[in-house]
Amino acid sequence: MSSRLKENQGSDMEAHYHSMSDKTLMRLFILPTLVLLISINVFPLFWSLFLSFTKYTAKMTNIWGKNPEMIGIANYARVLTDPEMWVKFITTAKYVIMSVAGEMILGFGFALLLQTKFKGRGFITTLLILPMTMSPVIVGLRWRLFYEPNWGMFNFLLGLGRIDWISDPSRNLYSIVIADVWMWTPFVMLLSLAGLSAVPKYLYEAAEIDRASWWFKFTRITLPMVYPILMLALIFRTIEAFKIFDLPMGITGRGAMAPPLLSMHLYNVSFVTWNTSFGSSIGYIMLIMVLAITLIFVKYLNKAKQ
Amino acid sequence: MKQSVSKKKNIVHFLLIFLICIITFVYLIPLFFIVHTSFKPWVHIRDYPPKILFKPTITSYIRIFTSRTPLPPGRAFSEEEVFNMKWYERLIYKDTNEEIVRKGDFPRRYLNSIIVVIGSTLTTIIIGTLAAYGFSRGKLKGKDDWLFFILTTRMLPPVVVVIPVFLMFRALNLTDTHIGLILLYTAFNVSFAVWVMKGFIDEIPIEYEEAAMVDGYTRFQVFRKIVVPQATTGIAATSVFCFIYAWNEYAFAFILSRKYAQTVPAWLPYQMGVLGYDWGAAAGGTFLFLLPAMIFTIILRKHLVRGITFGAIRK
Repeated sequence: MSSRLKENQGSDMEAHYHSMSDKTLMRLFILPTLVLLISINVFPLFWSLFLSFTKYTAKMTNIWGKNPEMIGIANYARVLTDPEMWVKFITTAKYVIMSVAGEMILGFGFALLLQTKFKGRGFITTLLILPMTMSPVIVGLRWRLFYEPNWGMFNFLLGLGRIDWISDPSRNLYSIVIADVWMWTPFVMLLSLAGLSAVPKYLYEAAEIDRASWWFKFTRITLPMVYPILMLALIFRTIEAFKIFDLPMGITGRGAMAPPLLSMHLYNVSFVTWNTSFGSSIGYIMLIMVLAITLIFVKYLNKAKQ
Repeated sequence: MKQSVSKKKNIVHFLLIFLICIITFVYLIPLFFIVHTSFKPWVHIRDYPPKILFKPTITSYIRIFTSRTPLPPGRAFSEEEVFNMKWYERLIYKDTNEEIVRKGDFPRRYLNSIIVVIGSTLTTIIIGTLAAYGFSRGKLKGKDDWLFFILTTRMLPPVVVVIPVFLMFRALNLTDTHIGLILLYTAFNVSFAVWVMKGFIDEIPIEYEEAAMVDGYTRFQVFRKIVVPQATTGIAATSVFCFIYAWNEYAFAFILSRKYAQTVPAWLPYQMGVLGYDWGAAAGGTFLFLLPAMIFTIILRKHLVRGITFGAIRK
């Protein structure tokens, strides 16, 4: 009798122990990820937030050698008042608008075309997706060869003569836009295809009975149904285009030929002229902009889920 | 009447397919020319108008694997010497008049890429799947906020993050080490892995786990023996995505590795030979470098949409 009582007590305690540990255990599952993110991402970012309010250069073998000197918001004031910086902001905005617009139009267009049912459709889609999975800097490098003014294929195939697409400052932004559009159109295409295939068939059938025109079906059924996914693609591409660094590094390099894009400038300020604190403040302004767009992104991510 | 309508439809259908084929062909021209250039003989690479047809050679591939020095003017190998050369030495000598000195840097960089990618993918998958399980099944306060926080770390521009990371790595002596890059890539991929894996785990019916818990399995046993086997597809797909991201990554590798741990993307664009930038060899290296990512993409096709939307769209 007494032994049975003990047993009961034991299992009760075990159950208690279980329910206690389960929540803690779940936290333990998440812990490694959070520790890693905080130590590699968050902590360094706080460090650079601090640096952005100081005057500091990392150009020395021992970083503890010279201490950062507090100068308040001078760095931020400089970023926002320097006309040179505004050239960078505007060029980046131009870049984002042109490349994202090109990708959205071409990508959605391709997806509409690929609605045609035929044998080998999957194979063609796979072929079109390939550019997207390549290393951007390597893609840039290949386009640089492609653009080569004297013997490159680009001018030859389009019959353009010897146009300099790389070192001419009035043109090199477009050359990067073209390469970017080439690389990321499949991304929009892929998302659009997913969106289009999710549109219920009966809507079209109903419209067919009413003898609705192609245009009516497109604007009243297709567009509203794929809208959340298109927005998702648009926002994601905007974030990525805003950060663009690899592709121009491959095409023009960071030197005199490079168009004035924000990321490239940030690299030059931080790692060529070694103005670490000023670089940090530019970085923080970029970061706030990206975070703002990410918030909108998550909103559409949840919408697309439904 | 009816017949003519369907005939018209057929023609439109045919024209559309034709158009798709043309677009695909034009679209793939840049890709085609990577392979094309890599098989071009040295003398034809800078031809204008560009030569489309030529006798293919593999000297570009030999060049990317070797380090060479040009022969001084007037110096030429005798016929006997040429006869005694290894086949690749002879090819190089005939193509660019160079002598092979030693093995090139490419194999080493390729190996670095493989080490860093495999190391980071493995750690990402392990800790990412654990966290995804925690987020999927745990009833935790502020779960959505944490998930949002995790996602934002992925969206940050690498050039911004790299400034403080550079300082930190220098203080910890992690610059130009495999471990450093592995840690960094893991941190960048884990957010992605958590989001995508959470989607996959959400789909696994919770009943099995509850039944197993009743049978006396511990949480960890449930995770290992029930969840992981059912999530293999998701784990495979997520690993491939992590693989592709780390394989292609440039900004971190470029700034945080100089020599010892340098990966291919950070190295390939800066290969100025004695004869100027060697486009042929670079094309050969590019092709060899792109190949794994392309193969994986083709394998992964079904899950691609899911991956690029962070698991939001399931097809």
